[in-house]
Amino acid sequence: MSNLRTPLYQWHVDHKARMVPFGGWEMPVQYAGIGPEHKAVRSGAGLFDISHMARVSFGGTAALALLEKVFTNSVATMKDGQVRYGLVCKEDGGILDDILVYRWPSGFAAVVNASNREKILAWLEPHRTGLAVEIQDRTFDTAMIAVQGPKSVELVAGLFADDVSGLKYYYATPTQYLGNPCVVSRTGYTGEDGFEVIVPNALGVALWDEFVAKGAVPCGLGARDTLRLEAAMPLYGHELNESIDPIHAGLAWAVKLDKGEFIGRDAIRKATADTTKPVRVGLEIEGKRAAREGCAITDADNATVGTVTSGSLCPGVDKSLAMGYVDPRVASVGSALDIDVRGTKLPATVVPLPFYKRKK
Amino acid sequence: MSNPSNLRYATSHEWAKQDGDIATVGVTAFAVEQLTEPTYLELPAVGAALKAGDKFGIIESYKSTSDLYSPVAGTVVERNEPLVDEGKRKGDPKPVNDDAFGAGWMVKIKLAPGATLDHLLTAEQYDQQLASEGH
Repeated sequence: MSNLRTPLYQWHVDHKARMVPFGGWEMPVQYAGIGPEHKAVRSGAGLFDISHMARVSFGGTAALALLEKVFTNSVATMKDGQVRYGLVCKEDGGILDDILVYRWPSGFAAVVNASNREKILAWLEPHRTGLAVEIQDRTFDTAMIAVQGPKSVELVAGLFADDVSGLKYYYATPTQYLGNPCVVSRTGYTGEDGFEVIVPNALGVALWDEFVAKGAVPCGLGARDTLRLEAAMPLYGHELNESIDPIHAGLAWAVKLDKGEFIGRDAIRKATADTTKPVRVGLEIEGKRAAREGCAITDADNATVGTVTSGSLCPGVDKSLAMGYVDPRVASVGSALDIDVRGTKLPATVVPLPFYKRKK
Repeated sequence: MSNPSNLRYATSHEWAKQDGDIATVGVTAFAVEQLTEPTYLELPAVGAALKAGDKFGIIESYKSTSDLYSPVAGTVVERNEPLVDEGKRKGDPKPVNDDAFGAGWMVKIKLAPGATLDHLLTAEQYDQQLASEGH
């Protein structure tokens, strides 16, 4: 099966990006280098093609009811224009995806992980049966571009029909770009201030070029991964999967057990009392060597107490950082552990998450 | 990128350059591009004996951790010391990223008696390998 291409595919190739398959799409992993791209986002502004993310719209009188049923966070309490992070879970509490829900006066939208687009659309089908809901997959009609970093607020100035610089964090607004409808949200996946813009396909390259001309540095998935790791944001398929529940993933804040019935609620409530299952922690590793997904985490007696889910040298803090799941008995901050990297034990310490927090 | 014609290449993307009985060894610019910029390098001690194809070190990047394989048989006589950690001094593998075929060399190996570079690919053959892999 060949990979899908975003409206910016040719731009990436023309600008010497190294392209890799990701979530069913052919995406840039880097242009100039992961280190400089990462640092551009921390100190200036970086630009990401995130058109591979699935964009789904929900209309009809029962859209709210459907979303409340499948989403762990509260939807009814959202204001118009608000964006909220949460999970879609199975009955047993296992995570099917982590998504963003947008509330509009006339309906809702969701941004879903690329690799889970088909799974989530299929999951919604039986649950919408009998409900007055129209679901539209808009992924292939639109491009999605993220501009991230402390300078991103300067870069969006004057680009859209409305001034978006006053948007609050995790709010979105419909506006126009070059006379065409678009959506701008103050959201991101880097731990910095920033915006994500959804525009019709045909305007993707124009908007991208405009950001580049204003000084935004094109960034690939490599920098996106090290940035989100520093910010301790989970990545589906690594920190999250169908056998992990939101509580042990450290995402209890994105679950509203008292909002009413939703799929997975009873199992998640039970999970809150389960003190035996592995929990997500942050690990800081001595030296420059990286821990990788799948590496065993061991205790002082050399017993395996967990597994690494993501790890890399992180260019911003210049430390080797990892996230993983460990036995709750060794999960407290300060806990001294080892990570087995191809037979070499790297000393590591459990540290508070996130590793990096921007100054407000 | 162009692969210098005066070097020989292993299918595993190391290069070797012969000067008398000494072979200088590194990884190709193509390998570096695939790995993304190197962040950490581990090399054998001077005096280590290697057979062609032996693992001789580790190269890490932001994205991956990979083994390095010796393209030739012999004994390590010199390492590119600034690239690797030594005691408290932290190595900086940046030259591997910036100049893979030059300043980014990794080790010098004194060829074992009778050892040659004849089994390695020529630049033209290595180009063909990359092309056949779709690069």
